[in-house]
Amino acid sequence: MKILVIGLNHKTAGVEIREKLAFPGPKLEAGIFGLRNIPEVKEVALLSTCNRVEIFACVSSASAAADKIKDFLASFHEIERSSFEKSLFSHSDSVAVRHVFRVASSLDSMILGEPQILGQIKDVFDFALSKKTTGVLLNKLMKKAISTAKRVRTETKIAENAVSISFAAVELARKIFNGLEGKSFMLLGAGEMAELAARHLVSNGVSNVMVVNRTYERGCELAAEFNGKPVRFEDFPHEMVNTDILICSTGAPTYVLQKEQMQKIMKERKHRPVFIIDISVPRNIDPEINKIENVYLYDVDNLQDVVETNMLERRKEAEKAETIISEEVEIFTRWMSSLDSVPTIVALRQKAEEIRVEELEKFRGKCPDLDEGKMKAVEYMATAIINKLIHPPTAALKEDTEDRDELIAMIKKLYGINGDDNEE
Amino acid sequence: MGIILFELALTFYFTATIISVVELFRGSKESSRLMLLAAGAGFLLHTAAIVSRYLISGHLPIASMHDASSFFAWCVVVIFFVLEYRYKIGIMGSFVLPVIFSLMLSSSVLPRTILPLSPVLQSYWLGIHTLLAFLGNAAFAVAFGIGIMYLLQEHYLKSKHVHGLFQRLPSLQVLDEINYRLITLGFPLLTLAIITGALWAEDAWGNYWRWDSKEVWSMITWFIYALILHIRITAGWRGKSVAMLSILGFLIVLFTFFVVNYYLKSLHSFA
Repeated sequence: MKILVIGLNHKTAGVEIREKLAFPGPKLEAGIFGLRNIPEVKEVALLSTCNRVEIFACVSSASAAADKIKDFLASFHEIERSSFEKSLFSHSDSVAVRHVFRVASSLDSMILGEPQILGQIKDVFDFALSKKTTGVLLNKLMKKAISTAKRVRTETKIAENAVSISFAAVELARKIFNGLEGKSFMLLGAGEMAELAARHLVSNGVSNVMVVNRTYERGCELAAEFNGKPVRFEDFPHEMVNTDILICSTGAPTYVLQKEQMQKIMKERKHRPVFIIDISVPRNIDPEINKIENVYLYDVDNLQDVVETNMLERRKEAEKAETIISEEVEIFTRWMSSLDSVPTIVALRQKAEEIRVEELEKFRGKCPDLDEGKMKAVEYMATAIINKLIHPPTAALKEDTEDRDELIAMIKKLYGINGDDNEE
Repeated sequence: MGIILFELALTFYFTATIISVVELFRGSKESSRLMLLAAGAGFLLHTAAIVSRYLISGHLPIASMHDASSFFAWCVVVIFFVLEYRYKIGIMGSFVLPVIFSLMLSSSVLPRTILPLSPVLQSYWLGIHTLLAFLGNAAFAVAFGIGIMYLLQEHYLKSKHVHGLFQRLPSLQVLDEINYRLITLGFPLLTLAIITGALWAEDAWGNYWRWDSKEVWSMITWFIYALILHIRITAGWRGKSVAMLSILGFLIVLFTFFVVNYYLKSLHSFA
């Protein structure tokens, strides 16, 4: 039995191929059963997200199974095999195990360390379990992938530190204010990035949202979206007295907030700290404002720098994560190779049992008048002899040694056991 | 016995301080826990050392500079652990433990002989007055560490240096809140210490206030902290200015404690 991972992701294929090979919701079940029906595929699980389509399988022959899986993909999605074949990657054995662990730990993700992939892997596992398409090997692989990902998460800082501008803003706010609950927030202007940051702030507990727009109607619309109150543009300096966090993104060609103005505001708000995020270009807030005590002003470049530093940190942490993954892959492959000797052990026991039953039958034929008690004693003796004889080879097979393959072959030869059907 | 306990406590505080300094550069949950463990062990041994001095002398052991420094450090540890329990800010150790260790170190180099208590000091006021004064000063000592943390974090935020230690320091608001709590704890204690001191002075020397240098410097300390509370409550000043004043306040406390006792003629000089 071999582990095979075959599929494509954002690194190997463009979106126009990924979308054709994807298994969205309703197609997932048909897909997984279709794959399970391939004779070479013994166990299978299917991961389909916007960035990747990956098939995790346990197969009797990697090359034959890979070939049939490709055929299946072509026929299932009704596209030419040649149109996607080049975009596919295919890994087997320990490389495949490492790949699965890396994907689950978010080392293979477009945004390094992003948390969604682990949840998706869990869903894949749950789905496969509910459809009973996995067995001992894949179940163990998936469980190990999940526990490895958790280990990476707790032992490295790969998921710490925001790597998007809007999250960076929330993180900075948390270093100024002790929690965002109850803080008031003003959105000055509009724009995609500003609104995204606003949404993050609101979902992190900011209450009392005010929305300012040059056109009052547009302000009202946005305010409704954030459950906030619209404020007229000319009133905004006055409302700043009650604003803890300001996101500014207007198209104004000049500063809308001057230093002197802000100094007055600070005095009125009894110097309670203010966090100002100016993502407008050209800048709308006088940079000098940052010099006022208890005012913290960040412009779009400042936030971009934060994100880049954080990304660098994550890359450093990814190196630590790779070490953890190597350890786990090692443990897993050792466990897998210990499975190799299981069929031989079973065959050995079977052989011994056959001999025991056969010889007891013969004995019974030769001594028909033996009473029940004595017969029991003879049976007991036969069992004891068999057990003692097969104990040393069984123990040797269970041991984790380098030359296990040779040992398996030798024991098969010595005891006259035929190779099992699963071997290639 | 007391000496061995004291030396052991000093060793544990030293270990905790070393870990806490390393924490500044590369922190982890484990090292933070180790630091607290070492400091906790130091604290238990330290308590035992103070108790053993108490049993020998029969009064609160603060009559010599050795004992006074050691007791001062002990009070700081108490406040540090109360705050740590309440706020769970591991990195706080990096700013408070060095203060504790310095006090212990100065205690360790000062003569340790237990001198008989002079008749003036033999009074129930000794325990009350000094305990109030030391606990108050200990609150100011921790406020000093918190003040440094505030200034650092404020600097990081203003200069956009937002990685490394910045990540491990708590929010400005929490630091400011802790500062406020410490000053509102320390200030009434100091006030009561000055009042009980005056009552005791009247009792012992027949005079409430004698413009003794220790008294004068305590008054200056009192004014600094009164000013901090005043500007905070009336004008709403907070943050940086309060942090800087808290640092200044504690420097004056240290000056009063060490320099006045040694170099200026004072009725409070004991040893």
